[in-house]
Amino acid sequence: MEAAAGGGCGSGPPLLLSEGEQQCYSELFARCAGAAAGGPGSGPPEAARAAPGAATAAAGPVADLFRASQLPAETLHQITELCGAKRVGYFGPTQFYVALKLIAAAQSGLPVRIESIQCELPLPRFMMSKTDGEIRFGNPAELHGTKMQIPYLITEKNTFKRMDDEDKQETQSPTMSPLASPPSSPPHYQRVPLSHGYSKLRSSTEQMHPAPYDARQPLVQPEGASTGGPGAKPPRHQTSLIRSFSVEREPQDNNSNYPDEPWRITEEQREYYVNQFRSLQPDPSSFISGSVAKNFFTKSKLSIPELSYIWELSDADCDGALTLPEFCAAFHLIVARKNGYPLPEGLPPTLQPEYLQAAFPKPKWECALFDSYSESMPANQQPRDLNRMEKLSIKDMADFPVPIQDVTGDDKQALKNTVDEVLPKDMSEDPATKSGLLPPPPALPPRPCPSQPEQASEAELHPQLNRAPSQAAESSPTKKDLPYSQPPSKPIRRKFRPENQATENQEPSTTVGGPASVAAAKPHPTVQKQSSKQKKAIQTAIRKNKEANAVLARLNSELQQQLKEVHQERIALENQLEQLRPVTVL
Amino acid sequence: MAVCVAVIAKENYPLYIRSVPTENELKFHYMVHTSLDVVDEKISAMGKALVDQRELYLGLLYPTEDYKVYGYVTNSRVKFVMVVDSSNTALRDNEIRSMFRKLHSSYTDVMCNPFYNPGDCIQSRAFDSMVTSMMIQVC
Repeated sequence: MEAAAGGGCGSGPPLLLSEGEQQCYSELFARCAGAAAGGPGSGPPEAARAAPGAATAAAGPVADLFRASQLPAETLHQITELCGAKRVGYFGPTQFYVALKLIAAAQSGLPVRIESIQCELPLPRFMMSKTDGEIRFGNPAELHGTKMQIPYLITEKNTFKRMDDEDKQETQSPTMSPLASPPSSPPHYQRVPLSHGYSKLRSSTEQMHPAPYDARQPLVQPEGASTGGPGAKPPRHQTSLIRSFSVEREPQDNNSNYPDEPWRITEEQREYYVNQFRSLQPDPSSFISGSVAKNFFTKSKLSIPELSYIWELSDADCDGALTLPEFCAAFHLIVARKNGYPLPEGLPPTLQPEYLQAAFPKPKWECALFDSYSESMPANQQPRDLNRMEKLSIKDMADFPVPIQDVTGDDKQALKNTVDEVLPKDMSEDPATKSGLLPPPPALPPRPCPSQPEQASEAELHPQLNRAPSQAAESSPTKKDLPYSQPPSKPIRRKFRPENQATENQEPSTTVGGPASVAAAKPHPTVQKQSSKQKKAIQTAIRKNKEANAVLARLNSELQQQLKEVHQERIALENQLEQLRPVTVL
Repeated sequence: MAVCVAVIAKENYPLYIRSVPTENELKFHYMVHTSLDVVDEKISAMGKALVDQRELYLGLLYPTEDYKVYGYVTNSRVKFVMVVDSSNTALRDNEIRSMFRKLHSSYTDVMCNPFYNPGDCIQSRAFDSMVTSMMIQVC
C-alpha cells in the first residue's frame, strides 16, 4: 500500500506502508496538522508557504512528537533532514510518514538512512511524560500533554478486542512480513490508552503496558519466534505473555488494583525467585545474608550503584538481610532493570513485602526447626510449631486414601521416600538454576513442575529431622547427606506417594489453606472406601505423631544447648573486644 | 534546620557533605573541616574510658557569629557534623540530638546495604532524602 503522497512533493523513495502503519501515521499526521490550527507553525519561515491546515503538519507539534520518541536530538535532526522536510520547508504527508518510518527505524536500532525504511519495521514509539510508573502512550492521539492514568479495566478490554483485530489483520495483510507483525515486535510495551481510534489500529500501536508479567500462562509464541527483531529489546516471551495477558486479564482482575504492571510478580516468576532463594538459603523462612545476596546479585551484571539502589528499595527493614518477599522484590527489580525499565523512585506497592506475602501465601516449606542456628528466628514460627502438630493429626485422620500397608513406619519414613525421589530432581535443578542466573533475568526460567516445591519442602523438613543427631549446621550441603543418614528408621521404603498424601504427612506451612485443602478434597472419595483401614491408620498415625513429638522435643533440647554454647562464645568474644578496645582509641 | 550536614569517616575524609546551595559552600566545607579538630579534642578528652561511657552527642563544638556547629561521633569513629544558622534560635538541644539520631539511623541503614563498601561516598537516595528533610528549605 503506497502512502498517499498528498503534498505531491515526490520527495524520497516510494514508501510502503502497511495498513496499520498507514492508519497510525495518518492519525499522527492529522493530529499534528490539527494542532497547528490551520496556521503555520513556529517552524522555518518557508512554512508560510505551506498550504494552510490540511496538507501539512506544523513544526511545533511535529517537533513535540519527535521528541516524545525519545531519540537523541541529533538523530531527530538527521531524520528531519532525510525526510525532506528541511528541503521543502514543511512537513507534508510524505515527509511526515518518512520521518515516522525513520523514527521507527532509529528506535529499532537501525541507522537513520533512507534505505532503512525500505524494510518492514515496527511502528514508532512515543513516550509521554508519565504520572506514575510506566505509562507510555503508543498512539499520539493521546500524546500531547495528556497525563491520564489509564483505567485498568478498559485498557484490557480494548487490548482484548484489538488482539482479535490484529489476529485477523495478520492473516489479511499479505504484504506484511512477520517481522512487522505487531506482536512479534518485542519493543512495544506501553499502556494502552482508552478510547478512540484504537480498535482499528493494530495492537502494536497501542503498545501495551509492560504487564506481561501478569500473564498467567505462557502462550506459544508464534509471531514472537519469527522476529529477531530489529532492536531485540525486551524478550520475546513477553510478547506471548502480552497475548496471554490480554486474554487472561479479564478474569484476573480481582487482585489488580495497582496500575504498575511491570512491578507485579507472576506465578512463574514467583516460583523462579523462590527456587533461587532456596538455592541460596534452603529455609525459606529465614534470611539471605547481605554478602550472599551481594554475590548472587552481582552476577546479574548490573552496576554496583544500581544494585545498591535496588537493595535499598527492597530491604524494607534495612537489616542487611533479605527475607523471601524482600528477595523476590529485589530479584524482580533486577529483572525489570535488565529488561530496560527504569528503577522506581520508591518500592511499588506490589513489591512490598506485606503485599507479596499476602498475594502468595504458600510458603510451603516453613519449618520451625530448620536452620535453627539463625538467631533471628521469626516470631511467627512459634505459633506455626503448635499448628503443625495439630494440623498433622487432623489431616491424618481426614485424609488417608492409601491402604494401610503403606502406612507402616514413620511419618519420617514417608518423607524420606519422597525425599529420595525429590532430591535427585532437586540437585539437578539447582545447578541449572544457578548457572542459569546470567541468562535468566530476561527469560523466564524453565519452570519446575508444580509439585516440586512441595516435595522439596518435605525434603527440607526431613533433613532437619535427620540432622538433629548429626548436628550439622549448614543447610544445603547437608541436604545431600540426608537420605544416607537415617535415624531410627525402619528399612521399609515406600514408593513415592501422590502429592496429596505427602503433604498430609508434612508439617504444613503457616497458611495451611492451599495444599491442605486441596489435599483434603481429593482423598475424600477414597476415604469412604477404606474406613476400617482408616481407623487403624489413624491409630498408627497417632502413635507416629507421638514419636515425632518425642524426637522433636529431643531435638529442641539439643539445639537449646547449642544455642547456649554459642551465646557464651559470643559473650567471651565481646569481653575480649572490650579489653582490646581502649588500645585502639584514635 | 541545618544549613550544612557532613558525614566524616574515621580517617577524617568526608563520606557525605551537603550544604544549602545558595551560600558559599566552600565556607561550610571549611567550617566542617576545622570542626574536626574540636571533635578530636573532645574524643580524646575521654581518655581511656570505654566507648560506652562516652556520649555520642558532642554538643556545640564552636559557635561563630553566624553559625553554630554541632558534632556527633559514632562508636566506629564516624563523625557527623551539622552547621546550623545562629539566627535560628528556636532550635533546641533536644532537636539537634534527634536530628543526629536520625542521621545515625540512616547511616546504619546505608551500612546495612551489602553493596556499600565502608569508606565509599554515600550515595543512597534514602539518606539523601532524609538529609534534605533536615536542611533548611531555601528557594
